[in-house]
Amino acid sequence: MKSLTRIVALCLALSLVPLAALATPSEPASPSSPLVAGAVLLAQAAPAADAQPAAAPAAAPAEEKKEQAAAAPPVPDKGDVAWMSVSTLLVIMMTIPGLALFYGGLVRTKNMLSILMQVMVVFSVIVVLWAIYGYSLAFGGDGPFYGNLSKIFLKGITPESAAATFSKGVVIPELSFVAFQATFAAITCALIVGAFAERVRFSAVLLFSVLWFTFCYIPIAHAVWYWAGPDAITDAKSLEAVTAAAGFMWAKGALDFAGGTVVHINAGVAGLVGAYVIGKRIGYGRESMAPHSLVMTMIGASLLWVGWFGFNAGSNLEANGVAALAFANTLIATAAATVSWTLGEWMGKGKPSMLGAASGAVAGLVAITPACGFVGPMGALIIGLVAGVVCLWGVNGLKRMLGADDSLDVFGVHGVGGIVGALLTGVFAAPSLGGTGVFDYVANAASPDYSIGAQVWVQLQGVLLTIVWSAVVAFVAYKVVDLMVGLRVPEEEEREGLDISSHGETAYHS
Amino acid sequence: MKLITAVIKPFKLDEVREALSGIGVQGITVTEVKGFGRQKGHTELYRGAEYVIDFLPKVKLEVAIADELVDRAIEAIEASARTGKIGDGKIFVYDLEQVVRIRTGETGNAAL
Repeated sequence: MKSLTRIVALCLALSLVPLAALATPSEPASPSSPLVAGAVLLAQAAPAADAQPAAAPAAAPAEEKKEQAAAAPPVPDKGDVAWMSVSTLLVIMMTIPGLALFYGGLVRTKNMLSILMQVMVVFSVIVVLWAIYGYSLAFGGDGPFYGNLSKIFLKGITPESAAATFSKGVVIPELSFVAFQATFAAITCALIVGAFAERVRFSAVLLFSVLWFTFCYIPIAHAVWYWAGPDAITDAKSLEAVTAAAGFMWAKGALDFAGGTVVHINAGVAGLVGAYVIGKRIGYGRESMAPHSLVMTMIGASLLWVGWFGFNAGSNLEANGVAALAFANTLIATAAATVSWTLGEWMGKGKPSMLGAASGAVAGLVAITPACGFVGPMGALIIGLVAGVVCLWGVNGLKRMLGADDSLDVFGVHGVGGIVGALLTGVFAAPSLGGTGVFDYVANAASPDYSIGAQVWVQLQGVLLTIVWSAVVAFVAYKVVDLMVGLRVPEEEEREGLDISSHGETAYHS
Repeated sequence: MKLITAVIKPFKLDEVREALSGIGVQGITVTEVKGFGRQKGHTELYRGAEYVIDFLPKVKLEVAIADELVDRAIEAIEASARTGKIGDGKIFVYDLEQVVRIRTGETGNAAL
């Protein structure tokens, strides 16, 4: 109890810090400063007019107004803002309750609440940290792996602040971008818990999530997604400058539309390492650990599928044809993967299962994530078909080979699916295969050149970087957390069930 | 007095109940149980994890019965619960020392 009092006091003290940040006046971006900082345009639309001196001469007002209009920064389109708001809601729904129920149904009744808790609380913790420092470090400024703390506590971001999209002259409110990205960080960390379900200590999950978020999610998100935005690229020279300041993998030209590497490979690897470090569940291989409710799992998988349209199509940051492409691809690839996993299981094991169909859908969703805005619908179809069967192997043959108790197949589905998707993005983004190709922001059109081999090599580099970085950071974080609080609950608590031992509750009273 | 315990296939419960009513048995207690004899279980597959489930769902019914009725009760249960396939179940007969009707306090045969 004494340590609980200390923790409460610490939280109360820490919450005073944001208040202090609010007190310090934020500096508005001066009109002449380059519109930079992490796919974010610091555009202050209204203050430019306010800065006009009161005694402005009446003469030549028309010319001045015309200049102002020409220099006036773009304002968000209401449709884009509405779309981004909806997309963010969809991604929140993907985690709570989508992922929570998908995972929850797969564990035994005695551990159902522990999964729901871990998902919901990790989600919440990461959103808080994102608002405090995550957004700033991921998208606050230039650098290969980290931004800076210029936007700590979201300093300087107002309703008028704008963030760049992938189209020149099109912006969305920066706060929309902050919120949208927050849900991505949060779901990534929540995904990991499936790998060590039914035996991990709750405090260890929270501490690990904080460490891994800070030292792995943020730098990988920054490395893959950070750039100054299309309006900063006007000629070859500015392209070079933007590339030099951008994230490490972005600069290399890696294509990851909605987070195949940043979210899925990242979480998959961290989960697998966790499964190894934490060890198998007691009774694994001997006792029945069958899912207690595939009904819940199917509900969760369905919520994930529906929500994923926000995840993928929302990653376009605006509501246009590319969003429609991402939307269609998310539908087609997922359906294809469901079919291919189901057929694969039917042929291989004799019966098609509900868990297989649900898992197939998720595998397709994972694989199309990096590809959705870059490949054509038939490319998406093929990606889905391939992901369905490869991930089926991932949770069977590969799982046996790896020998870890990755309880909810985080690596088998998200890790393997993410790798498949990332590599196939390099193939099917090719214009010759129906893809969009790579966009040339100097010419403001798709580049006619595309080398599948070269792009796949870049994709592979992104995959390898993510695997290594995630594995190393995760391993260290697990060890640190083990020293701090211990990773596993004691045997009796594991036998009794985490719901009672960790949370003092029972999910179902029979 | 005897206590008859019968483990039968769940879908046979209604038939057995009716057959017992037919010979004048007023009440039975039913529990859902799991068990196996010679009947094999089944295999469940969850992704890569295969589980062989030996136990099959069964229904256990218990009837407290007067000595004169025992043979007819056994016959009734046997006939109505039989399908002819493995897993039909078993009937056990125990000696019953005392029976009390809680509402009235009656004991012995009057309580049956």
